[in-house]
Amino acid sequence: MTSNNSHFVAPMDETPLLATDALKNEDAPLSLWVDAWRKLRRRPLFIMSALLIMALTVIALFPSLLSTVAPNDGCELANSEGGPSAGHPFGFTFQGCDIYSRVVHGTQASLSVGVLSVICVLIVGVTFGALAGFYGGWLDTVLARLGDIFFALPLILGALVITQLPLFRTNKSVWTVVLVISLLAWPQMARITRGAVVEVRNADFVTAARALGLSRFGTLVKHVLPNALAPVIVLATLELGVFIVAEATLSFLGIGLPEGVMSWGHDIAAAQSSIRTTPEIMLYPAAALSITVLSFIMLGDAVRDALDPKSRQR
Amino acid sequence: MRDKKMTISDVQVDEADYSGIRPLLEIRDLAITFKTSGGDVQAVRNAHLTIMPGETVAIVGESGSGKSTTALAAIGLLPNNGAVSHGQILLDGEDIAHATEKRMIELRGNTIGMVPQDPMSNLNPVWKIGYQVKETLRANGRPSGPDDVAQVLSEAGLPDAHRRAKQYPHEFSGGMRQRALIAIGLSCQPRLLIADEPTSALDVTVQRQILDHLDTMTTDLGTAVLLITHDLGLAAERADKVVVMYRGQVVEAGPSLALLQNPQHPYTKRLVESAPSLASRRIQVAREQGLEASDLLAPVAEAAASDQVLQIQDLRKVYKLRQGLGKTTAFAAVDGVSFDVKRGTTTAIVGESGSGKSTVAKMVLQLEKPTEGKILFDGVDTSLLKSSELFKFRRRVQPIFQDPYGSLDPMYNIYRTIEEPLRVHKIGDKASREKKVRELLDQVALPQSSMQRYPNELSGGQRQRVAIARALALDPEVIICDEAVSALDVLVQAQVLNLLADLQANLGLTYLFITHDLAVVRQIADHVCVMEKGKLVETGSTNNVFESPQQEYTKALLNAIPGAKLMLPPEVA
Repeated sequence: MTSNNSHFVAPMDETPLLATDALKNEDAPLSLWVDAWRKLRRRPLFIMSALLIMALTVIALFPSLLSTVAPNDGCELANSEGGPSAGHPFGFTFQGCDIYSRVVHGTQASLSVGVLSVICVLIVGVTFGALAGFYGGWLDTVLARLGDIFFALPLILGALVITQLPLFRTNKSVWTVVLVISLLAWPQMARITRGAVVEVRNADFVTAARALGLSRFGTLVKHVLPNALAPVIVLATLELGVFIVAEATLSFLGIGLPEGVMSWGHDIAAAQSSIRTTPEIMLYPAAALSITVLSFIMLGDAVRDALDPKSRQR
Repeated sequence: MRDKKMTISDVQVDEADYSGIRPLLEIRDLAITFKTSGGDVQAVRNAHLTIMPGETVAIVGESGSGKSTTALAAIGLLPNNGAVSHGQILLDGEDIAHATEKRMIELRGNTIGMVPQDPMSNLNPVWKIGYQVKETLRANGRPSGPDDVAQVLSEAGLPDAHRRAKQYPHEFSGGMRQRALIAIGLSCQPRLLIADEPTSALDVTVQRQILDHLDTMTTDLGTAVLLITHDLGLAAERADKVVVMYRGQVVEAGPSLALLQNPQHPYTKRLVESAPSLASRRIQVAREQGLEASDLLAPVAEAAASDQVLQIQDLRKVYKLRQGLGKTTAFAAVDGVSFDVKRGTTTAIVGESGSGKSTVAKMVLQLEKPTEGKILFDGVDTSLLKSSELFKFRRRVQPIFQDPYGSLDPMYNIYRTIEEPLRVHKIGDKASREKKVRELLDQVALPQSSMQRYPNELSGGQRQRVAIARALALDPEVIICDEAVSALDVLVQAQVLNLLADLQANLGLTYLFITHDLAVVRQIADHVCVMEKGKLVETGSTNNVFESPQQEYTKALLNAIPGAKLMLPPEVA
């Protein structure tokens, strides 16, 4: 067997020798966010949900762009449960109000409750979670038990109790609902933040920063938190949708937004009486609610895929 | 032209067929293509490989060279997006490059066995070891009673096999897990065993035991072995033939000793030159100006104190391990360690995992408090430093960590990473800091254009150079390298070691070098401290320790360096 003991050498020109460990310098620099954005903008799921959310935001900010009819004006009982007609594409409610206008004007309440609740939850949850995860010890134990107490409260029961407190019974507003939702939902955010922080806090780059002379709090703010943000952002996007549903649920039960504020939850509740005769009265606000929630959840999914560290190039 | 060669070798194979010595595995002109979102990527091209029955062949190459992919193709376990796009894989004359899944299942275990790379993740944690062996035996239609299982395990060198078979993977150490995996791989007495970096996650002495045992077993059974490794010394010591792969191609193949002594391809030459296990002396710095440079160094406090920059005296670190409610047991990670570090030299602390060497480094860095003992830096007891003095101390002692993927903040670009120490210590203004960063990048031989890049765009070696630049930013006197080159490919490792040696000569740096790799120690250290289970067992100059080790443990460590006993002509080594 000559082939077995022969000394094979590949021709030099076939595999030219490259400089050891040369830097690939042709592409533009990629930060985590730039990389995530590049992945996102190729995803149809993201494009669709982003367009929907943009449209919803515009509607929420300027409802009069789409509907010239004020939601509570010109309700005439003569039009009760009336079908679509010129200027009133969705028809009329039991009270004879324009459904289209009510659906358009309901966007504002839903989105503002969602966005404000998420901001509150982020402030409380991220602060508590980061402190608990980074410092550990008794602080972690106290904050974890505190979170567990709120975790154990069911949303609707908790909301019933809180809204019946003397302080809130008389002056209900968007803020009451935001407070109820934030109070019951921050532990989830705190847990996710805590987990992400615990994962990052022992990384070598954190130790290196401490060896440079950065204070412990300094490393938390400058190195640990920015690296723990990805799951927090994903959860925040998903929770936006969840909070909008929660607001609608509370309003449906009559313990959410006050009567004067337009809300899809109210309209769905009011449409119950006519569900057998004219189900489309309920259909429109319900569809608006579903589309809004769905678009936030789709956005959350897309963002999660884009920020997934496993898919990052090394 | 290649076509012509192919036909010749075809004829040869046919002839060999008649004479009865047919190669067990022959890979001809193999190409493997992966489908990725960025288009097709050819991971392996023109790969040739022949393994005769009972022979050991090693594939050597750096990460990404295609060595594992080639081996996985031979056992039909390529990832779903990969496929053999050209060439043949002949197992005993049968082309299995495109064999059906059914046929491959028949072959796996019985004819081709596999020992995977990472013993920590390749055993299923929810099943007992015995069950996992039994599963293999049963799948290949062999007797699988408790006694058979125990026999297979004890053949792989696990003592008390009946009891061990009833344990779960987490009750096994790394070496024992690897033995269990070898037992599984060899349980059905395959004719070919593919061992993919079987010992790279283990300590050197364990590595040696395992490889010795694997040798004996495969010789007894007459099994051919395809050994995949990044370590040229290990390959040469264990294999009859060595195949060197580079960028997806086989660049050189031949009998191992001949190939080492007389490398032909420039890549192989480079590999042989930089393999730490084959080198025999300290890196000689290109610019021999160490003395002048250290004279220029920042004013040294006192002539008397100047010599020993670090003095470590009776250092002890005891951890309390929690054992149930309220009960703790003391565990001495570091136990009575004393040594001195001379200014401008390199002192290496060597030990296996769990020897306490990293804990010493953390205490010197003031990231952990010693339980007992003193660390004197320039004659000053560091435990008495006030926080403002500690802040100044941090400027003078800087670390470089092991994991190049973990030691840089992924959210910071290279500029911010290297600038951070300057900002923390409020040195200079924006313009002067940028100038300093550019200088540092030059010092570690990275292009200045890489400043805006992020760590994920750099290779391991490049990241490690960024980490070195960050450590140098404050003009420290002492740098503590905690396994700073262990995770790097051989050539990159040599490059980083050379860089460290150059910097030492130019800046008069003192290194405390923590490592498990004695081969690296010989290349870079002046003094060695050998640690075992928290205790210092031997100290001395590198030459003394390597030439006449006094302690049994040190001898065992030295013997375990793969390729240490290979006799190479001096001009190669």
